[in-house]
Amino acid sequence: MQRRYFDYAATTPIDKRVLEVMIPQIENNFGNPSSVYSFGREARKSIDESRDTVARVLNAEPKEIFFTSGGTEADNWAIIGTAFANKNKGNHIITTSIEHHAVLHTCKYLEKHGFEVSYLPVDEYGMVDPEDVRNSIKESTILITVMYANNEIGTIQPIKKIGEIARENDVYFHTDAVQAFGSIEIDVKDLNVDMMSISGHKIYGPKGIGALYIRKGVKIDNLIHGGGQERKKRAGTENTPAIVGFAKACELVTENLKESAEKAIELRDYMIKNILENIDEVRLNGHPTERLPGNVNVSIRYIEGESILLSLDLIGIAASSGSACTSGALDPSHVLLAIGLSHEIAHGSLRFSIGKDTTREEVDFVLEKLPAIIQRLRDMSPLYNS
Amino acid sequence: MSRIYFDNSATTCVDDEAIDIMTMYHKDLYGNPSSLHRMGVEAEKAVEECRNKIAEMLSVKSKEIYFTSGGTEGNNMLIRGAVEKNKRIGNRIITSKIEHPSVLEVFRYYESQGLDVIYLDVDEYGKIDFKKLEESINGDTILVSIMMINNETGAIQDLKRIGELVKKNSKKTLFHSDCVQSFGKSVIDINSCNLDMLTFSAHKLHGPKGLGGVYIRQGLNLPPLILGGGQESGFRSGTENVASIAGFTKVLQNIDMKSNTDRFVSLKKYFISKVASAVDEVIINSPQRDDFADFIISISLKNVKGEILLHALEKKEIYVSTGSACSSKKNRTSHVLEAINIPRDYIEGTLRVSFSKHNTLNEIDKCIEALAEETSKIRKFTRRK
Ligand SMILES: Cc1ncc(COP(=O)(O)O)c(C=O)c1O
Ligand SMILES: Cc1ncc(COP(=O)(O)O)c(C=O)c1O
Repeated sequence: MQRRYFDYAATTPIDKRVLEVMIPQIENNFGNPSSVYSFGREARKSIDESRDTVARVLNAEPKEIFFTSGGTEADNWAIIGTAFANKNKGNHIITTSIEHHAVLHTCKYLEKHGFEVSYLPVDEYGMVDPEDVRNSIKESTILITVMYANNEIGTIQPIKKIGEIARENDVYFHTDAVQAFGSIEIDVKDLNVDMMSISGHKIYGPKGIGALYIRKGVKIDNLIHGGGQERKKRAGTENTPAIVGFAKACELVTENLKESAEKAIELRDYMIKNILENIDEVRLNGHPTERLPGNVNVSIRYIEGESILLSLDLIGIAASSGSACTSGALDPSHVLLAIGLSHEIAHGSLRFSIGKDTTREEVDFVLEKLPAIIQRLRDMSPLYNS
Repeated sequence: MSRIYFDNSATTCVDDEAIDIMTMYHKDLYGNPSSLHRMGVEAEKAVEECRNKIAEMLSVKSKEIYFTSGGTEGNNMLIRGAVEKNKRIGNRIITSKIEHPSVLEVFRYYESQGLDVIYLDVDEYGKIDFKKLEESINGDTILVSIMMINNETGAIQDLKRIGELVKKNSKKTLFHSDCVQSFGKSVIDINSCNLDMLTFSAHKLHGPKGLGGVYIRQGLNLPPLILGGGQESGFRSGTENVASIAGFTKVLQNIDMKSNTDRFVSLKKYFISKVASAVDEVIINSPQRDDFADFIISISLKNVKGEILLHALEKKEIYVSTGSACSSKKNRTSHVLEAINIPRDYIEGTLRVSFSKHNTLNEIDKCIEALAEETSKIRKFTRRK
C-alpha cells in the first residue's frame, strides 16, 4: 500500500542531505567534543560551525544559540530558567490558553512554586490580542511567553507586536517557534524576542535535538547542571551528529522557504476549499489567512476525529486528530476549546499537515476518499440523522 | 596508520549495525510515537522494544525504565526529582567527592538553595568510608547518590554494602547510583543493592550520543524535570529520539558481556605489566582488583605534564585522556585525583586509558612504546631546564 503522509506537524522525514552530513559524523567524527586531542577538537569545530549556521539563519549571534534535546526542553528551560533567575523582580508570567503543553504544563508547575500565571484567551480564530498582553502586564510581570504558530490550528500570532509591548515594559519575551520555524521567515532581532525555542524534527532534521535562542544579557538559570558544555549553560555530552544535522536542516528549510511556503499554501487552500464545499457540516479551525502554510484543521460534526483517522490509516493516509502529543488522550484539545468549540465539535476534528514533499496527487487522493469515509461513519453515528 | 582509540570512557564509536538501523528510522520509519496512525505505532513499538531490552538486562519491569537525552539529564532529573519530592520530610542529601559533575553540580545547586549537603571523602583507592556514610545518614536524609564505577580511575563502589547501610539507617532515604560507566559492561544488581534509581547513557557503550535513560523503582512517583506532552508516562516529555533508541536496541542485543570482560581483563593485565617495566616513576591508580573496572586504567607519571604527553601520543594517532573529558578542558587538576591523594609531583602526569571491545594487545604494545618514548623525551627536556 502506498503511504501518504499528512502529519508533517507531528514530525517530518529527514532530508536526505541532512542524513548525508550526519552519517560521517557518526562514523568518523565520534570523538567527545570536550576531549582536548584533535579528534575531539574536530567534533568541537563541527558544533561551532553548526552554531554559526543556526545563528546566521535566525539573525542571531552564535553565542546566543544553545543546543538542547528538543523543543520541549527549550520551552522548559526558557520558562523555568528565567522565572527562577528573576524572581527577585516579580512572580508574574503571561501566556496564552493555546500554548503547547511544553509551555502550559511548565507554567502550571511554576504556579505550584509561588508564581502567578495569566492565561490569555484567544478569539474564535485562535488569535491573541496584543492589547490583552499589554493590559495584563503589571509591576510583578517578569516573563511573557506566546507561541509563534499553533501546532493544532496553525494560527500565527502577532509576535512582533507582542515583542514591542514586552520591550516597552521591560519584560522578557519568549516564543515557542517550534512550528513556525521553517515555514515563516524569522529574524530574532526584528521580532524583539528575548528567547525562542526551535526543534529539529519539525524541519526535516533529526529527533532529539533543538535549540534555545537566548538574547545576550538575558538572566536565566540552568535547567541541566553538570559538565561545562554549551558555555556552562547546558550540560551533557553534545550530540554532535544531531547538531550538525540540525544546522543543515535549518539551512535547507530557510533556503527554500518562500518557494515551499507558496507551494504549501496553494495545496492547503485547495484542500480547505474542497473539504468545505464537498462535505456538510464541517468548519475550518484557525485563521483563514494568518495560518501556517501547511496546516489544515477541520471539525466534522457527529463523528469522532479518531475514527476518521483510523479509517484513513487503513488506506495509507497518515493524519492527526489533534496534536500528536495529546492525541493519545481522550480529552478534547484545549486549543479547540479555547477557540470556543463545544466538546462534541472538538471531538470531531482532524488535522492534515502538508510538507515539502506533499503532491497534488496525494491531496486529491485524500479529497477523493474523505467524503465517503465521513458518510460511512456518520451513518453509524447515533448523533447523526440525515 | 590506523587510529588507536583508548578513550572509550569519554565516548565510543557507534556499532555499524546500529548506524544502519538509525538511518532506516530517519529515512523511512520516521513517525512520531504519539501519532495514532500506523507510522506512529511503528515508532512506538521501536521505543518499547528498547525499553524491554533494557529492563531485561537490569531484571526490572519495563515501566521502570525512562529515556532521557543522556546521562547528564538522567542524573539531574533523578536527583532533582528525589529532592523535590521529599524536601518536606528532610533536608540532607549525601554524595561523594568523586562523582561526575552532572551529579556534583546538582548537589552544589541544592547546597546554594540551603540544603544540608554532605560530600563524603574517599580513601586512596577512591572508596567511600562506610562508617562515615553511616554516621552521615540521619533522620533528615532524603537521598544518597553514589556512582558505581568512577569515570577517571575505574574504582567500583560497593553498592550492595552502601545500599544496606542506607536502608538500615533510614527507610525514607532514596538511593541513587550513576551507572553511566558500568551499564552494559558490568552486572548491575538493582535488587541486592537496594537501588531506587540509576542512570545510564548510550554513547559510552557504542550507542548514539544524546540518548540515555534512568531506572526508577515502581511507585516512587518522582516529579519530572521536563514537562509537556506527557511522553514516557508523563515523566519525561518531548518527542522521543526514535532513531537513536532503535539503534540502541541493536547495540544492546549485540553485547557479549562475557567476551568483553575477558578481553578487558587481559588488556588491563597486559597494559599494567608492560607499563611498569617500560617507564619508571609511575603509579597505577587502577590496580587489577575486583573492585576496579577492567576497562579503565589511570596512571600517574612523575614530572610529566599529562597534557603534553597526550598531545605527543595524539601525533601518533593514539588517543587517551588526562582525566574525564568533561573536566579535561578546565585548567585545573581533577577533583577525583585530588580526592584520592595522588602525590603532588605525580598528579599532573595522570593519563587515563579506557578500552572498548575493539581494542587489541597489539595496540597496547604500540601505546606503551610511544608512552615510554615520549615520557623520556619530556622528562629529559624538563630536567634540562
Ligand atoms: C508548538 C510546539 N512546541 C513544542 C513542541 C515540542 O517539541 P519537541 O517534540 O522537539 O520536544 C512541539 C512538538 O511536539 C510543538 O508543536
Ligand atoms: C560517570 C558519568 N556520569 C555521567 C556522565 C554524563 O553522561 P552524558 O555524557 O551522557 O551526559 C558521564 C560521561 O560524560 C560519566 O562518565
